[in-house]
Amino acid sequence: MLLNQFLLLAAILFCIGVYGVIARRNAVMVLMSVELILNAVNINLVAFGQLHDVTFGHVFALFVIAVAAAEVGVGLALVIMIYRNKRSVDLDQVDLMKG
Amino acid sequence: MSFVSSVFSSVGATIAQAAPDQFGEFVRPNIDWFAISPELVLLAVGALLTIVDIMLLERGKALAPSLAGLGLLAPLVPITLLALDDAGTRTFFKGAAGGAYVVDDYSLVLKAMFLLGAYIVVLISTNDIAEGDYWESEYYSMLVASVLGMVMMSSARDLISVFVALELLSIPAYMLAAWKKRDARSHEAGMKYYLMGVFASAILLYGMSILFGLTGSTVLTEIAASDAVATNTPLMTLAVVFIVVGFGFKVSAVPFHTWAPDTYQGAPLPITAFLAVSSKAAGFVGLMTMIFVGLLGQADAWEPLLWVLAAATMTVGNLIALRQTNVVRLLAYSGVAQAGFMLAPFAVGGTNPGDAVEAIVVYLLIYTAMNLGAFAVVITLARKTGSAELSSLGGGFQYAPGLTVALTIFMFALAGIPPLGGWFAKFEVFRVVVADQSLGAIALAVIMALNSVIALYYYARIASQAWFNDAPDGDNSPVPVPPSLRSAVFICAVLTVLFGVLPQTVGRFGELAGNIAGI
Repeated sequence: MLLNQFLLLAAILFCIGVYGVIARRNAVMVLMSVELILNAVNINLVAFGQLHDVTFGHVFALFVIAVAAAEVGVGLALVIMIYRNKRSVDLDQVDLMKG
Repeated sequence: MSFVSSVFSSVGATIAQAAPDQFGEFVRPNIDWFAISPELVLLAVGALLTIVDIMLLERGKALAPSLAGLGLLAPLVPITLLALDDAGTRTFFKGAAGGAYVVDDYSLVLKAMFLLGAYIVVLISTNDIAEGDYWESEYYSMLVASVLGMVMMSSARDLISVFVALELLSIPAYMLAAWKKRDARSHEAGMKYYLMGVFASAILLYGMSILFGLTGSTVLTEIAASDAVATNTPLMTLAVVFIVVGFGFKVSAVPFHTWAPDTYQGAPLPITAFLAVSSKAAGFVGLMTMIFVGLLGQADAWEPLLWVLAAATMTVGNLIALRQTNVVRLLAYSGVAQAGFMLAPFAVGGTNPGDAVEAIVVYLLIYTAMNLGAFAVVITLARKTGSAELSSLGGGFQYAPGLTVALTIFMFALAGIPPLGGWFAKFEVFRVVVADQSLGAIALAVIMALNSVIALYYYARIASQAWFNDAPDGDNSPVPVPPSLRSAVFICAVLTVLFGVLPQTVGRFGELAGNIAGI
């Protein structure tokens, strides 16, 4: 099986996602980067599930998808709340507290 | 009932007729309802809170705190019955070795701790949430949902159930941190906590997916028994590092602690107490389960990593705490430093995991009592002064002598002064670390000793502020203490003193927890 390709794709997605979380300052872009990491995880899980010929991987991926949806729901609500306050979703402006 | 079962069996028969090769007769899985009754009761309480809110509207708000409080205590009944039951460990979804969801002494002790801790959080919340600018009924449903996640985390012994429990306890907590409707600081607290939290769980998940790929199983005991965990491969080490880092965010270990002070300062104060105590404890429970049940064979990989994390966490947390002027931020950094002490037994846990678990659980139990107490006192005093600055504590002894004594008890307990609870927590950790006798362990013990001394300075500074300074605004009118806050402070103070004077009480629970199934 061409397992390597899947793992490579997942690793690349993971790296792009981590880069996005660290480098992007727009809250929505950060959320999308987190989604990239989660999808890298899903690719990994399904590929490994196929490799071992067990269903756990697929089941795990389903759980990840469902939980990610719940997470993003909460995240977008928070982004909207901040947008209403500041008219901006720039994370650099979310800096009332320091130290 | 017979009607329902006949409908189900006829449906099953129809499906079986339609495709006889694929579907046999439907067999109901054999579920041990008694073992999961604490979770079921908690779930029912959460549903009841929502229903009461919908049905009674405004009138329901007054009921919510007492309903939530009683509802959090109710699962203690089945937990006690389960603890007294002789049937031993109960396992769900059994695999070749162990199961995905386990009810053993370890999980029962931790469930009781989470429920009592959450009960005290409800006591702390009652007045603050009723008077502030909050959605009140939803607050308690969210709190109960988060506690349900923690209770599940105590029993989770599988990558999937650990992950689901972690998210169930985190997602309501993100919302609770941003619960102040029109306060930009609270929004910022929620946003920072959320971004760090989802990033951490994504990293954790990536580690879990590699772990699953190497071992071919999600059940932790099967992972522990697999060949992949016994051999050191770079990929395995990567999985271990990602998993430790993922939980490192949750327990606010340095260098993943940056969210903690901002979130604690901005969130509603009762939620700060909840995050600093229960949520952190849940992170430790998840880390303990993953490390000691699943990855014991990889001790060579995680012992040095957690050594560095423990040393860095307690040192950095303490040094930054020294120059804080806001009590809540100070308690946040002190919580970071305390997390360093709780990480220390991990650094030597590879040789004797049972003892390490015992020390960590004892620390968690005592930490819950003393830190919740500290927050309860700070919240009560902040009701009068309206500020959480260190200088606002001045004059405390003149207008609230009882609270000041309680504050002193909690601060000296956090510093680890006998005969208050904290000394036994630190003693247990020292005992486990020194028993290892390796050079690294001795070095860690020395770092811990130095940090205990540094910590005493800023804990004493908080207490002395209340004892010896005058009120900054000269207002010495007595502080109103609502009954729920009074009982929260009282319960925490009694437990803190009891655990210190009679350490065998909490030690017994630690011993029980040390018998974690699977190691």
